[in-house]
Amino acid sequence: MSGKSLLTRRGLIRSGALGAGALVLSGCDKLYSNPAFRGALESAEDLHRASQRLLGREALAREYAASQMSPIFRANGNREVGDPFYKRHLAQAFERWVLTVDGLVRQPLALPLSALRTMPQRTQITRHDCVEGWSAIGKWEGPQLGHVLDMAGLADTARYIVFHCADSFGAARYYESIDLVDAFHPQTILAWRMNDRPLDEAHGAPIRMRVERQLGYKHAKYVMRVEAVASLDGVYGGKGGFWEDSSGYAWYAGI
Amino acid sequence: MNRIEQVLPPRGGDLVKRHRLSTRIWHWINAVTLLVMLMSGLMIFNAHPHLYWGEYGANFDASWLDIGATRGGDGFLRIGPLRIETTGVLGVWTDPDGVTRTRAFPWWATIPSRYSLADARIWHLAFAWVLALGLLAYLVWSLVNGHVRRDLHIRPSEWKPAHIWHDVKQHARLRFATGAEALRYNVLQKLSYAGVLFVLLPLMIVTGLAMSPGTDAWAPFVTEVFGGRQSARSVHFICAWLLVAFFLVHIVMVLLAGPLNELRAMVTGRYRLPRERPAKDVPA
Repeated sequence: MSGKSLLTRRGLIRSGALGAGALVLSGCDKLYSNPAFRGALESAEDLHRASQRLLGREALAREYAASQMSPIFRANGNREVGDPFYKRHLAQAFERWVLTVDGLVRQPLALPLSALRTMPQRTQITRHDCVEGWSAIGKWEGPQLGHVLDMAGLADTARYIVFHCADSFGAARYYESIDLVDAFHPQTILAWRMNDRPLDEAHGAPIRMRVERQLGYKHAKYVMRVEAVASLDGVYGGKGGFWEDSSGYAWYAGI
Repeated sequence: MNRIEQVLPPRGGDLVKRHRLSTRIWHWINAVTLLVMLMSGLMIFNAHPHLYWGEYGANFDASWLDIGATRGGDGFLRIGPLRIETTGVLGVWTDPDGVTRTRAFPWWATIPSRYSLADARIWHLAFAWVLALGLLAYLVWSLVNGHVRRDLHIRPSEWKPAHIWHDVKQHARLRFATGAEALRYNVLQKLSYAGVLFVLLPLMIVTGLAMSPGTDAWAPFVTEVFGGRQSARSVHFICAWLLVAFFLVHIVMVLLAGPLNELRAMVTGRYRLPRERPAKDVPA
């Protein structure tokens, strides 16, 4: 093979590789803007949920020893709440605050923090996995959501539990939702204590959800109201959570 | 075709059957899948461009790898004590609109090309099924049809250091097998193909599963075996780059061995055996 043909070949390969790269990129972005293609990719979420439920419906998330805890538990998302109603309760250490439990329940509840603190408690040291990739291990304490829902008595039509929060991103309120499998999971608690201290504002005072088998954005902070619903369609943007509505994050965040 | 031709061993210049249909289908599906996995994976990495060892790891914890930007606007890659300036490529780069961005991997290396963790996850976690089920089907089928035993199994004589060293030297001299000899994989090929099929790709899948909080609940060993979720994430990243290294060597070898003939073999299954060298070239 002559040097000249080698050069030509090299040039061809180089421009070919660059061209292929550009084609792949613009092709992928274009393909993704096709609703049918995007829909097909997004339908994998159903597969994730079905396979996780099949293989580990009742499985418990791993719990750790105190010695394995993160020295500093990073606070993420909103670290402060601007809402004046919230600010007032924060200043009063949430002494007059109540958690509303309503929607498709037989007995709506208004639970003061003192009531949540005196119910049977669950304490767990678990790993918090953010969708971004980082993890932190912390200790959480609070009543089980399942216990609170049993007190309210879910209607047969209830399918999802929605958490309404005090914090906002711009004009949009934060909220999240889970199905009844996770709602009645023993590790799903309304945490009011973290690392042996009452929850601070940055970590979601007065109540933060722990949904241990899902990613961090499901663990709603600043929970004001727990609502049982039959469908997520009419709730806020309809996709079951703030990040789901605003950015297309998966509702099922177990992977 | 007459009987005599059938019993004659193939010689250099013959067009012979090289790759089975299952191998060809899997090869191309996997090529596309791995490209999507890599590029969407780099976008996911951009959401938190730090790697840790152990179970936990976040901004306040010690990382072993970072890609970032200094206050002065220089991009860098840090691996342990080693720090490399990467302005323009990693950490700080310019997007197609001319805007300077401070993300780890640049737009041309990620899917999607504009920052979106949510979209990258949709790509990555959908194609993960193609990767995992495709590999499973291919491995099972290759065991059943004898591909593994016949073509990938490394025989005791091939494990001998002298044999491996001989192959390394042959590669370094770019002296590739000719004639009927070229029908068989040499030991370096077997090692790299087996390494990808049985080690790297399964490791990618297992470390991927280890990062899932749902999977970690019912299969905690997938995380524990790596020493924690953040370790599994680090191994996931390292194996991805080992696959990139395999890909680069693979492409170089295909180019050296005759790209059109190799490409035809992986598309149609037919391969023209390289002609035997003249006798004087054969080492004594």
